Amino acid sequence: MSALQKMMGWVDDRFPLTATYKAHLSEYYAPKNFNFWYFFGSLALLVLVMQIVTGIFLTMNYKPDSMLAFASVEYIMRDVDWGWLIRYMHSTGASMFFVVVYLHMFRGLMYGSYRKPRELIWIFGVLIYLALMAEAFLGYLLPWGQMSYWGAQVIVNLFAAVPFIGDDLSIWIRGDYVISDATLNRFFAFHVIALPLVLIALVAVHLVALHEVGSNNPDGIEIKKKKDANGIPLDGIPFHPYYTVKDIVGVIVFLMVFSAIVFFGPTMGGYFLEANNFIPADPLKTPPHIAPLWYFTPFYAILRAVPPMFGSQFPGVVAMGMSIVLIFFLPWLDRGKVKSIRYRGPIYKIMLALFIVSFVGLGYLGLLPPSPVATIIAQTFSVIYFLFFLLMPWYTSIDKTKPEPERVTG
Amino acid sequence: MSQEADGQKVDTRKRKFLIAATSAVGGVAVAGVAVPLVMSMLPSARAKAAGAPVEVDISKIEPGMLLTAEWRGKPVWVVNRTKEMLDLMAKHTDKLVDPNSEQPQQPPYCKNATRSIKPEFLVAVGICTHLGCSPTYRKEVGAADLGADWPGGFFCPCHGSRFDLAARVFKNVPAPTNLVIPPHQYLSAGKIQIGVDAKGA
Repeated sequence: MSALQKMMGWVDDRFPLTATYKAHLSEYYAPKNFNFWYFFGSLALLVLVMQIVTGIFLTMNYKPDSMLAFASVEYIMRDVDWGWLIRYMHSTGASMFFVVVYLHMFRGLMYGSYRKPRELIWIFGVLIYLALMAEAFLGYLLPWGQMSYWGAQVIVNLFAAVPFIGDDLSIWIRGDYVISDATLNRFFAFHVIALPLVLIALVAVHLVALHEVGSNNPDGIEIKKKKDANGIPLDGIPFHPYYTVKDIVGVIVFLMVFSAIVFFGPTMGGYFLEANNFIPADPLKTPPHIAPLWYFTPFYAILRAVPPMFGSQFPGVVAMGMSIVLIFFLPWLDRGKVKSIRYRGPIYKIMLALFIVSFVGLGYLGLLPPSPVATIIAQTFSVIYFLFFLLMPWYTSIDKTKPEPERVTG
Repeated sequence: MSQEADGQKVDTRKRKFLIAATSAVGGVAVAGVAVPLVMSMLPSARAKAAGAPVEVDISKIEPGMLLTAEWRGKPVWVVNRTKEMLDLMAKHTDKLVDPNSEQPQQPPYCKNATRSIKPEFLVAVGICTHLGCSPTYRKEVGAADLGADWPGGFFCPCHGSRFDLAARVFKNVPAPTNLVIPPHQYLSAGKIQIGVDAKGA
């Protein structure tokens, strides 16, 4: 035995290092037919690590104080060596996180990755998405610009719409009667420690659940049904080295896009960093047009599409909340005989297409100032959004599906 | 309910009771510790004390113009309404949600047609009752982007809520109620104090 083997043996007697490596990498058998859409899970993990690392270095110079915050961000941008790069990586990372997560979720929708036995993977995933939205929202207050301030004002006031306890609830969230230093300080605490811990824990259980049941694939069939004499799925290949190498290709392409944004267009024309956020927060003046960052706009458009009822804006808040809550129930709403879109019938394909058009459409409308025409279109899209979920048990069960193959296809 | 273990009888009922009791007591302890943490997030004594009244000199506001003062961290508008503005205000009451200010969005001494102590001076908290943006003062009658029947008032850029020059909300907009009129009083003809109720009103 070599010295290295001896040392590994010493460790393995005390900690399951080799066993863990085998279970999750070298002997974790993933379907051999992964395609383009399977890059985004590992890319999301990459962006999470990048956000944590750049975030740590930003906190070294950022000041969570309403008098100092805006200037400290400008200080990072101008006076700290490479500060601009770290900050732009973090701000670009926030938007790119949502890009890869939305594509990752769409993959799940297309190939039925949320279906039995992967319901918990899906639920953990939706929880990750919720935690990510909270993390992004909290972080957006920190630069203490005009959009930070008024964005937080609007979102915290959503809680004030809750009947009876709303006012006290929003005061408790803010720690003051208006968005103030107290709010900034606590959002900083949540953004840099509380939610990252939650996110990491959720990502861990997401992966443990995935590796327990095994990955889905573009055919939506279970590779564990056909195993060889050694109990290894016939259509499975070890994650390492096969998919680690494939994912590295994805990482390189992703980093090319990422770097292009960081170096040539970090504001992305106002979509990743809004122009009004380069103006310090002014509690007395709302900018003429405020819109949330692009990744929140579909839900924001749903909120705006619902008119007040019974003298309260609560119905709009409920609609916005329900639009996210419904995603949790997807595994039980889908009654289709097959998982993957490859073998689904025309009804599901049309509904999914309408859903994507509505979601993207709502996202676009959420960026625009309110107008009567835009409101009617947003209302139409909102209805389609909800019908995609609420009618799913019906249209997936009557849909004419094709037979699934026995083994995975190309 | 008992089972054998090492030849001895185990009373599983007692064991279950002890587990439940320990969990319950532990749960109470966790809840007890959570209370101070949750309470620490309420406004601090300093934040509560910061709501002192402010005095505003309104003598220099020209007719038709708006002045923004800060009270409790919020914008408070003072508008010097002209005779024409006051006349127009009475003509669109059928388009308002609450033209007679039935909702308690103002102190009792401002529950009148102009929602003010003196008809010409509107004093209102400039925070939209929808989601808390600060609406824009749009006094121009029939503004191109607001429609020919726009009588002048306040327009919220965030979600499109509309209010008239008495800060009353129009129908079919997201905001459910009129803007808040803060407690205020006249110290002299040209000076008001915001945050203190008018005496003898």
